[in-house]
Amino acid sequence: MEPEHPHEAAVAVEVQDLHKSFGGLEVLRGVSLKARRGEVVAIIGGSGSGKSTMLRCINFLETPSAGRIVVDGEPVAVRPDGAPADRRQIERIRTRLAMVFQAFNLWTHRTLLENVTEVPIHVLKVSRRDAEARARALLDRVGLADKADTYPAFLSGGQQQRAAIARALAVDPSVMLFDEPTSALDPELVGEVLGVIRDLAAESRTMLIVTHEMAFAREVADHVVFLLDGRIEEEGPPDRVLGRPRSARLRQFLGAVA
Amino acid sequence: MTELLDALGLTQSVALLSLQPPGWGANLLRGLANSLRIAAGAFAFGLAIGLAGACGKLYGGVILRDLLAVYTTVIRAVPELVLILILYYVGTDLLNQAAAALGYGRVELSGVAAGIWVLGIVQGAYATEVLRGAIQAVPPGQLEAARAFGMPPLTVLRRVTVPAMLGHAMPGLANLWLIATKDTALLAIVGFSELTLETQQAAASTRAYFTFFLAAGALYLLVTLLSGVVFARMERWARRGQPPVGGSA
Ligand SMILES: Nc1ncnc2c1ncn2[C@@H]1O[C@H](COP(=O)(O)OP(=O)(O)O)[C@@H](O)[C@H]1O
Ligand SMILES: [Mg+2]
Repeated sequence: MEPEHPHEAAVAVEVQDLHKSFGGLEVLRGVSLKARRGEVVAIIGGSGSGKSTMLRCINFLETPSAGRIVVDGEPVAVRPDGAPADRRQIERIRTRLAMVFQAFNLWTHRTLLENVTEVPIHVLKVSRRDAEARARALLDRVGLADKADTYPAFLSGGQQQRAAIARALAVDPSVMLFDEPTSALDPELVGEVLGVIRDLAAESRTMLIVTHEMAFAREVADHVVFLLDGRIEEEGPPDRVLGRPRSARLRQFLGAVA
Repeated sequence: MTELLDALGLTQSVALLSLQPPGWGANLLRGLANSLRIAAGAFAFGLAIGLAGACGKLYGGVILRDLLAVYTTVIRAVPELVLILILYYVGTDLLNQAAAALGYGRVELSGVAAGIWVLGIVQGAYATEVLRGAIQAVPPGQLEAARAFGMPPLTVLRRVTVPAMLGHAMPGLANLWLIATKDTALLAIVGFSELTLETQQAAASTRAYFTFFLAAGALYLLVTLLSGVVFARMERWARRGQPPVGGSA
């Protein structure tokens, strides 16, 4: 059972003093944050403030320059150059971190059902029968039961993103990482995707969501982080951070996106 | 029927091409079978080299990349006839030296094995380039998604990279296969009895050059046409996830 108060629950993912440079460009300058089990953390900030980079450092799609990532209490072991020290460990940890990308990144040569069963069957070694039964249930849940045998390219962006969420749910992740899940969508398709994420929040999924949808962040998040130039400029409960921002830069940012 | 052939003056040709001796038809078909066997083997060997070569060029270290660049450049620069002579004699020579070093006697490389070795090395250079281009055409996000979900590198290659690039690679691979079938003819020069050599022998024995070379040409054409049909189907399958050009659902 999920505890009543997320703030007393175990920490699902923790980022400690994360730094990341691309060549001479310092993109993250010491970011620390944590999400307890069942908690939704919204990450907001201007374009280029390092939101995607931070998310991608958590699952080591990018190699952090310094800092520590701890998932379910297990720190990712790194070599002196910052890369994962143990390929098996990072692969195992990645299966607990499911990412939903801005551009969906579904596998175009596979049907939706195959997209959703791919990781359970070929990485987690679940039997095909079980994986397919679960995949059908998940597709049904995101409203795509009748599209199981369709290839992604034949679907709308909203449908593809919902399928990508089903793919992420199929690994039964500890933490879901969303990188601007609605930014590539036509405005009329945003709602259907936010609806699915809202349901996930309601059932106490642990999620880190990078988003520009401020009303949505305010509604679903337990904690909001405002990133500015690779640092956390301000953070706290959504009503306070988004309703009564202290930082002038955050006020300016909220004024711009509102 | 016989009258028609008589009228067309083809009676003699038909007799020469008959599958029963003294006709030479069976020899030609045996030659064709050998050609196809070598072409298939060389194509498969070339694909294996090509996949390894493409991965080496894309993901390998500096030294490996340089070595592969030398390989693909040299093979594609030197005429195939010359390469076949070099690879054939160098290959058998090396094999014999190795055998001698290990205390064995002379080894006779079978014609099929030699043909596959020689043509496969040539095919591998072209396949490396075809597959490298096809892999580069795979949207990086799809590989990233695979990594993000904890797929080990070889699983990514097998489950994502290869199937996703096949559609892009198919036209190039179809070309390579046709080149392989026709390059088998070059093996005649090292005395391997594929279709062209069989045809030459039949023609020389009977002086019916026109009949036999026309027949051989027809067989090569038939192979090409059938291959076209097969590759078109494979390409359609490989591109199953792509919407029809110029439209989407
Ligand atoms: N692979 C990369 N190589 C070089 N620079 C990068 C790379 N990825 C991101 N950056 C740079 O890092 C900065 C932060 O990028 P990003 O994390 O994508 O910002 P956000 O998601 O907040 O818009 C940008 O200036 C971007 O150009
Ligand atoms: Mg971003």
